[in-house]
Amino acid sequence: MSPIHGLLAIFPDEERFIEALKKTRERGYSRLESYLPYPSDESVRLLDHPPSPVPKAMAIGGVCSGVFAFALQAYAARDYPLNVGGRPLFSWPSFVPITFELTVLGAALTGVFTLLVLARLPRLDHPVLDSTGFREFGSDRFLLCVRSDDPHFEAAALRAFLRSVGAESVQEVPA
Amino acid sequence: MNRASFLSPAEPLIDPSITPAAVTDQISGIILRPPRPRLWLAGFAASFALMMVLLAGITWLFIRGVGIWGINVPIAWGFAIINFVWWIGIGHAGTFISAILFLLHQKWRTSINRFTEAMTLFAVACAGIYPLLHLGRPIYFYWLVPYPDTMGLWPQFRSPLVWDVFAVSTYATVSLVFWYVGLLPDLATMRGKARGLAARRAYGLLSLGWRNDGRHWAHYERLYVILAGLATPLVVSVHSIVGLDFAVAILPGWHSTVFPPYFVGGAIFSGFAMVMTLVIPLRAFFRLESLITARHLELMALVILATGWVVAYGYFSEFFTAWWNADEYDRFVGANRALGPYAPWFWLMLTCNILVPQLFWSRRMRRSLPVLFTAAILVNVGMWLERFVIVVTSLHRDFLPSAWGMYVPTFWDWATYAGTFGLFLSLLFLFVRVLPAIAMSEMRGLAAEAGRTR
Repeated sequence: MSPIHGLLAIFPDEERFIEALKKTRERGYSRLESYLPYPSDESVRLLDHPPSPVPKAMAIGGVCSGVFAFALQAYAARDYPLNVGGRPLFSWPSFVPITFELTVLGAALTGVFTLLVLARLPRLDHPVLDSTGFREFGSDRFLLCVRSDDPHFEAAALRAFLRSVGAESVQEVPA
Repeated sequence: MNRASFLSPAEPLIDPSITPAAVTDQISGIILRPPRPRLWLAGFAASFALMMVLLAGITWLFIRGVGIWGINVPIAWGFAIINFVWWIGIGHAGTFISAILFLLHQKWRTSINRFTEAMTLFAVACAGIYPLLHLGRPIYFYWLVPYPDTMGLWPQFRSPLVWDVFAVSTYATVSLVFWYVGLLPDLATMRGKARGLAARRAYGLLSLGWRNDGRHWAHYERLYVILAGLATPLVVSVHSIVGLDFAVAILPGWHSTVFPPYFVGGAIFSGFAMVMTLVIPLRAFFRLESLITARHLELMALVILATGWVVAYGYFSEFFTAWWNADEYDRFVGANRALGPYAPWFWLMLTCNILVPQLFWSRRMRRSLPVLFTAAILVNVGMWLERFVIVVTSLHRDFLPSAWGMYVPTFWDWATYAGTFGLFLSLLFLFVRVLPAIAMSEMRGLAAEAGRTR
């Protein structure tokens, strides 16, 4: 038998997917992948992932970028001094708009970069992308994949179990 | 009028019988089985021809310099600044719809946010061209960027014009990022739906291999909310800074603290008018009436009505302040606007921006496509005239009568302005042809929710 990535169960709607996900968890399966046609709060919460580090990364990226912007302007004011009627060179209120803009820019770019790193994207050769089940239903149905490296993985029993919890069909995902 | 008929809350946002899979089919079908391809081609060809006018206008400008435009002392700003402010204001509605309405949980935004974000990007592209062309020596545009140059010079960071460089480039970048992140799941859907191998590969590459993984969605959702939270103050800051370009100058007619908020209100006002102008033909052309319903148009009309009053307050405040502070020059600018050589444009502006939106008090008018479309175009015209009035009437009567002048736009002014429409429309035609014009993944969620209450 050729090695497989896992078994992919296809569910017609979110309710049955959530039900099945709960039961699969209760059975002790832990190496699960889910594919959702739209981000629904309930499904995402049930998947029980650790809190996303995206907000923290964005805060750090934004603050670093903002500090850099402010420092750059303060430095430029001394490096090329313009004496306008004796006003102070360090005219910090006028540095606020650019500091704000670059804070936003830094946070946004850091956020997107963090998403890509966490999701290990771009990745064009993930096994599930080539499976017929994902190709056909990947954007309309709720899919649950039990990976073959799960300690409880046993194809025949798992297939019957996924059927019993409401899967429309269960398909192999070749590795 | 009772409240229920005013806001019609019971009416569903989309046709409740539509399923998530049908949403995907309908929206991706526009790309896979393009309806009325000849008409699309004709529209694109016309826009592309107009874009060539822009190319000619820019080429001639680069050869001859800004003297081909009607600008001169005392009116050195002219069309370049008028059109810059007008285009960038239009873009603001897209961000308002995609970010602010998202944070306010206004679900009706879902049908139009993708399209309006694209409109934002293309409008900012049109806007961004003008200040560079107006530089006079556009080859030195990079002097606006701080870099350790051998001349030991820095940009003047205390100037709103330099703030503008940062504001507009940040705005363009963040809008692009926000739009692209929103597109990822839809590009993945298109990768699955497209028929040709080349198309599948192109969508696959652009989707970065997105596969709707639940774990990825968890990060994605956090990112999307925070990007919306960042875009909200950003959009306010961008047009405030555009307002400061004027307000910081000590010129009667510009030097006013009302400018930043009044510019932001005006930007959203004109942007919604442009969304309306584009969406009404779009939904008819692609038969999207079940996804972009009369209710969406009605809600947009209400936003136009509300922001129209912000603009009206701005006009009032300018005149009131001029009268109240008793400054001879301020009062003269006000009187000159209403009675001087550009008075017809001023009164046309008031008609378009203040009188026309009052139609939307009537529910029947908010429901009539011809009225909505005509009013939206008149608001677009009115907001362009507003920038014309602000720029030209404030400058053309200088402090000393010996320095007075008139501004008459030349052929090349008009050609460059028309040409940016070509650029804008060409990009929009290409966009609706190759990318999903409505956010499929978000609409699937909305359809599933509507299905549950069915």
